[in-house]
Amino acid sequence: MTPLPLEGVRVLDFCVVWAGPFGTMLLGDLGAEVIKVENPFVMQPMTRGTRAHPDPASIQAPAPAGAWPGNELGPRPWNYTTTFVNVYRNKKSVTMDLRRPEGMELLARLVAQSDVIYENNASETLPKLGITYDWLRSIREDIIMLRAPAYGSSGAYENARALGVHLESVMGHTLLRGFADHAPTETTPIYSGDYMAGTQGALAVMMALWHRRRTGEGQLIELSQAENAAGILAQAFMDHAINGRATERRGNDSYYDAVPYGVYPCRSPGTAETGDDRWISISVLSDDQWSALAGAMGEPVWATPDLEELAGRQARRDEIDRELAAWTAQFDDYELFHRLQAAGVPAAPVLEASRVHDDAQIQARGLFQHQDLWDDIGRYRYLSPFLRFSETPLTVRQPPVAMGEHNEYVYKQLLGVDDDEYARLEAEGHIAMDFDPSVP
Amino acid sequence: MPESTAELKGPLAGVAVLDLTQYIAGPYATKLLADAGADVIKVEQLQGDPSRRLGPFKDDRPDRETSGSFYYFNTSKRSLALDLSHQMAPEVLGRLIDRADLVVESLRPGRLDELGRGWAWVHQQRPEVSMVSVTNFGLTGPYRDYLASELVLFGFGGEMYSMGTPDREPVRMFGTAALVESGSAAAVAAMGALTSGALHGVGQHVDVSLADSQLGGIDRRHAWIMSYEYAGKKGLRGSGSVGTGSAVYPCADGYVELTGVQLRLDRLQDMLGHPEWLDDARWGQPGAFFDPDLVGEFQALLTGWLIERTKREVWAEAQRARVLCGPLFTVAELFADEHFRERGFWQRNDHAALGSVEIPGRPFVMGASPWPGARSAPLLGEDSRDVLREAGYDASEIERLIATRAVGAS
Repeated sequence: MTPLPLEGVRVLDFCVVWAGPFGTMLLGDLGAEVIKVENPFVMQPMTRGTRAHPDPASIQAPAPAGAWPGNELGPRPWNYTTTFVNVYRNKKSVTMDLRRPEGMELLARLVAQSDVIYENNASETLPKLGITYDWLRSIREDIIMLRAPAYGSSGAYENARALGVHLESVMGHTLLRGFADHAPTETTPIYSGDYMAGTQGALAVMMALWHRRRTGEGQLIELSQAENAAGILAQAFMDHAINGRATERRGNDSYYDAVPYGVYPCRSPGTAETGDDRWISISVLSDDQWSALAGAMGEPVWATPDLEELAGRQARRDEIDRELAAWTAQFDDYELFHRLQAAGVPAAPVLEASRVHDDAQIQARGLFQHQDLWDDIGRYRYLSPFLRFSETPLTVRQPPVAMGEHNEYVYKQLLGVDDDEYARLEAEGHIAMDFDPSVP
Repeated sequence: MPESTAELKGPLAGVAVLDLTQYIAGPYATKLLADAGADVIKVEQLQGDPSRRLGPFKDDRPDRETSGSFYYFNTSKRSLALDLSHQMAPEVLGRLIDRADLVVESLRPGRLDELGRGWAWVHQQRPEVSMVSVTNFGLTGPYRDYLASELVLFGFGGEMYSMGTPDREPVRMFGTAALVESGSAAAVAAMGALTSGALHGVGQHVDVSLADSQLGGIDRRHAWIMSYEYAGKKGLRGSGSVGTGSAVYPCADGYVELTGVQLRLDRLQDMLGHPEWLDDARWGQPGAFFDPDLVGEFQALLTGWLIERTKREVWAEAQRARVLCGPLFTVAELFADEHFRERGFWQRNDHAALGSVEIPGRPFVMGASPWPGARSAPLLGEDSRDVLREAGYDASEIERLIATRAVGAS
């Protein structure tokens, strides 16, 4: 049987929040054995939730922080927080207390059998524990280490803490998105930088593995999440580079001045207050698509011949948007979607998250699969790998992992720990499936 | 067999990629491979990749050689202009596939099959070669042939519904951000497929759906989907930053983004330089930040402090106190910023039509296989003759392909 692309590669995962865990998840999807190294005495902020023992009142909080399986915190809430559970598939988890020398000795034994160390903590975090590239290399000469700090491992911002939303602010994205007549204070926090750093971290690791196969050399990779996110703003950087011009934010309008291009109302069962307002996005990218749209609308009187060319549509943009919105508002979003696509017009409903499971394409692609997690919290649908490989389909080999779920495997099979030593390490708290009671 | 590292220009030196992608997402994926040293042959229509018609243009004068979008997404590639509808196209493609380690394409689903050069042919001819197909909704399913755009894909697959304010329609990200994200995922697919071919001798056809890659990606969508699945709770528009210390705040000379400052009051007190502020027991109570009066008091204190300081002053204090914060910079401010300059973030190239172009360079820094530096994007058909010669055509055959308008050459 053909192995998965990264079968035989072992990755130790010291990642936090989203950017790093997404990257190691992609490596896991592709067949690497990814082992999360966790510490029962340390709750990594915003990684398995915000608190090991959340305030019971937090189930009243809005989504996503206040959403728990069946509206109960359950026995080990850190294993199934909404915000993080979907990046823990295809990973194993082991625990050890790296603040103690014995924990570091155990880690060294694991490093000796691993190919990649992947982390995205603040620059100073792992070195404080003694985990540096030089230390790893002293254990295994050809080790690959990927570090993905927010702004890089050098320079004035080296130790600035950040989530995706902050580095997008620094890189310029926050000022460039949102409606032109809205203040930046009305922007919704988003995390596209996490997407970029996650994918490109996985890419960088595979490039390093490629290089190692050719040369035998390992290496240290540094991925500054801020710098890596630059591609998102390609057009703004280019306009600055070639015209010295500052790009303005323009809401949903096409960067390339296609008209019409926007989000239009559909018949709705309710309002935004309950998440029941319905919208369709429509993009007319060519004159042919305009003709198709005009045809789908039944050639309304306002769709005069001057609109058959882009310049004519640009001249009457506001009017087109008004007329189009009045037309779309008569229809159910899915009905209009299929009707426009059949006519050859790019369009789709703006899907509120609760509706994704009902969509025919998403169902046909099998993007979500029912899984049972640790502790019998109930059977729910989780994401599965989204890249489709023809010869070795990427599957969910491991549902979102519980902390410490693979302690027996790692300690006994990989490290050769016998039953007595295992019991001792458990008694000393290295091996656990619960956070220490001292952890808030 | 170990090779001399000195001979390798980038981690992917020696890797040959046949690139049949166009617009944004596919080209971004192959740009990442090309910038890392792969020899990427970009096959364009005779009129060029449609993205050559997209701005920003130098001096706002549209020209296929001055498109900023084309430039950014096509650095370090070589260009072959080939009319895919010409009767000679399948033969030319066949010869190019013979020399490739990987094919990446974003043509209409089924287009390469029509030309007799689809996956079945590639797999039969070159079992170790992979093909990555980047399409809007995937190569299977009822929406296979549906059309899309940045807006359409992000609205459907990404978490656009909850962006913006409840009184208005949802609003998207900047430019083509979602397509760039998805292109980045396609690069992962490409590298995984290359690895499969090289390591296991098995070429793979990878079906990369831009919609799937938005649904399965990492921005807020997965968490909002899970909230409903677990607890029937929806992510409402405009609900992201109400009432707590997670928001964009005005300051003396612009704006700063702060996140969750109420979660570590000790750090916030440190940042504000007033340990006595917020020291009262009320603030430690569970649910304090759901109480509108307390939230109001908190916001007044915080906004008053922020408005007296510049964004850089706020950020410096936040860094010192380890508070999550980022100033809202413009691209021009970023361009002048010393941290990024000193780190070598920018790369300058000279381009025949655009002149000097300074844009973000390496996506990451590799210690042992350093980034070779991006080359300028190619002119249309700039490399047609070289590429055909390498594919085994002699000079007279090449001129005939050009004369019959199968191939364009600059």
